[in-house]
Amino acid sequence: MRSLPLYACAALTAQAFFSHAWAADAARGKQLYESRCIGCHSIDSNRVGPAHQGVVGRKAGSVKDYDYSDALKKTKVIWSEKTLDRWLTNPEKLIPGQKMGFSVPEPKDRADLIEYLKRESR
Amino acid sequence: MSVNMVVSHRRTFLGNAAKLSAVAVAVLAGTESLAQGSGSMQDVNILNVALGLEWEGINAYTLGAQSGLLQKPVLDIAVRFQTDHKEHADTLAGAIRKMGGKPVEPKSLAEYAKALKADTLKTQADVLELAARLELGATNAYLGVIPAFKDAGLAKVAGRLAADEVMHWTILNSALGKPLPAGGMPFGA
Repeated sequence: MRSLPLYACAALTAQAFFSHAWAADAARGKQLYESRCIGCHSIDSNRVGPAHQGVVGRKAGSVKDYDYSDALKKTKVIWSEKTLDRWLTNPEKLIPGQKMGFSVPEPKDRADLIEYLKRESR
Repeated sequence: MSVNMVVSHRRTFLGNAAKLSAVAVAVLAGTESLAQGSGSMQDVNILNVALGLEWEGINAYTLGAQSGLLQKPVLDIAVRFQTDHKEHADTLAGAIRKMGGKPVEPKSLAEYAKALKADTLKTQADVLELAARLELGATNAYLGVIPAFKDAGLAKVAGRLAADEVMHWTILNSALGKPLPAGGMPFGA
């Protein structure tokens, strides 16, 4: 068997790394949501934090009747997989002056939470 | 607040970094002089979210008590837990003021009733389930924000508040006849 050139191995490794070695799991995301997020958020009610139903695809700071920080009111961020991942990694870095002090350090946890939020946004 | 004011506030915070742990201690000890004129906007924002959680907890227990579904001694326990949350709210509001912030105000009871779907509560167990869910959520929220505090003293305050919420959750869970979580370190995971 011929061995793959070194550059091809490197490319495959990089592809595996950047496309994640896991499949995002909405069921696990729901469990994480109920454990970590439910203190402040609900899917369908504004509580301490805004409701999450329909979050993917909408402009940040746009839920009706929720009292956002000035930072969220002014931002032009649109919630997508990418922006939600950046938000959950470090909310203050994405939108300085926001109110959420909670972050999700593990990439797999973020991916599963976002998958659950995507499901709830359909 | 302008950008300049925020920068100025952050410079004040950095300049007083050594004092800030003392601020949290002073807040809890009721000695106001150490806490005047220092703070971090990010910490104030986190404290205000925590205060929002406490307002929600206080009002959830009011909804439970007013539902007529709680019987003694469960009602007495709910009132006691509500008293704890009022103390938490006073502590947080005091800290926010002393750091130069404005404490968030509670919403109306009707708004909490709507958000928490109080109309779906039909039994004592329903009320206890709601209370246990909120206490567990608050526990995990407090544990989750600890790394975000700039002031280690405030992180300790968050840890103490989380401990109170765990105490509440454990008693509610027991009243519901549920087992303890399997394994160690079930909170904040």
